[in-house]
Amino acid sequence: MSDLLKNIIRFAIFILVQVFVLDKVPPLHRFITPYLYFLFLLWLPFRMPRVGLTLLGFLFGMTLDMFSKTPGLHAAACTLVAYIRPFLISLMMPKEKTEISYAEPSLTSMGWMPYSIYVLILSLLHNGYLVFLEWMQFGDVWYFFGKVLATTGISLLLIAVTELLFTRKSRYRTNLA
Amino acid sequence: MRNVFLFIQRFFNLIFFLFLQVTALTMLFRYNKFHEAVFSGVANELAGRVNLRYNKVETYFTLQKENNALREQNARLLNMLKADYAWPDSSFRLISDTVKIDTLEQYRKFLYLPAKVISNAVNSQQNYIMLQRGSLQGVAPNMAVVGPDGVIGTVVNVSNNMSVVMSMLHRQTKIVAVLKKGSGFGEITWDGQDPRFVTLSKVPQTVTVAKGDTVVTSQFSDKYPPGHLIGYVETVEEDKVTSTYNLKVRTATNFHAVQHAFVVKNLQKAEMDELEKSLRKSQ
Repeated sequence: MSDLLKNIIRFAIFILVQVFVLDKVPPLHRFITPYLYFLFLLWLPFRMPRVGLTLLGFLFGMTLDMFSKTPGLHAAACTLVAYIRPFLISLMMPKEKTEISYAEPSLTSMGWMPYSIYVLILSLLHNGYLVFLEWMQFGDVWYFFGKVLATTGISLLLIAVTELLFTRKSRYRTNLA
Repeated sequence: MRNVFLFIQRFFNLIFFLFLQVTALTMLFRYNKFHEAVFSGVANELAGRVNLRYNKVETYFTLQKENNALREQNARLLNMLKADYAWPDSSFRLISDTVKIDTLEQYRKFLYLPAKVISNAVNSQQNYIMLQRGSLQGVAPNMAVVGPDGVIGTVVNVSNNMSVVMSMLHRQTKIVAVLKKGSGFGEITWDGQDPRFVTLSKVPQTVTVAKGDTVVTSQFSDKYPPGHLIGYVETVEEDKVTSTYNLKVRTATNFHAVQHAFVVKNLQKAEMDELEKSLRKSQ
């Protein structure tokens, strides 16, 4: 399956799961909102141009906004994640080598530790920014911190489950490919 | 000039990122204006179509509850039938005069338009409900929406065949409400925490309130027909500063399982608005 087709399918699946499964979960606590959809952005190929990545982040967030009727909210957060991603990757990666040999970020291509930190930082960024925008309209400081931490915790849990359930075959890119 | 181009070339990524951020934030903070212009048309129809398919499946899960609610509503309405009242046969007769009925029609104030709920949310701070009925079917922004159990919200946006309702569970909700006992006007708001409870504030302390009192819509609202159930008082709290009560109200509508709703059209609203406008002009 080509990368393009694979990512188009992922796009649709992540949006649908977020809108029709996670957003429908009855709220356990006011701090807890399960977010998983932005994993799509973390899974995009290494070799995407930066401009395309940022634009895709915006469009992806906007699509979710269409369903949640909050134009701009998720788009802003996703754009931020997509923009920061390349910096983090170049920081985390054991230099040049892996970038060439693997197609996209995963446990095997980046290694356990760097990948976990990569996911942790971007989840914190995404949820932090999202809650911040909400908090600017109403809320207090404790609400902000509590919600960021709780939401990120849930996000990480969901991501871990997803990684375990859907192990991606990280193709080793040969010279022929 | 060359330096400007070099600068743009070097920082193109950053500039592009900032541009997208500003676009997103503008949309977010100017929600209503933007929403009316672009979002409602395209997004409502698009998301609405997907929601509709999902809803077809989802409906089955709450069918039982929904049936019960509708049955109860039917029972309530049947109880209001004139045929069920026995008039004492004494000094007056009931004559239905056709002319009178026709002229009565122009005094009708509220018209109920049934609509199906096709998407619903309770776990955000700003919850919206989507109805499968739009401007072509007579829905306009600012109309009230009630369900079989009680008040649901207010229409904020319409496209041709769908409309978006700001649910009572929304941080900007403001509904004029009153205790069914007859006194104690206040304002219904939602604090964004628990979808089962809303707050009725600004109730004067001259009123005696007890747990379990019924809260209904007031007759002073220009949207909501009077006497529609909002909920039941759960706890009473004194606000020492303003010497008013803040009442925690358990909503009558179960927002988790709303399937049918009625959009309420106030047929006299245009006239009311006109009158109010003329008053403002003359001041």
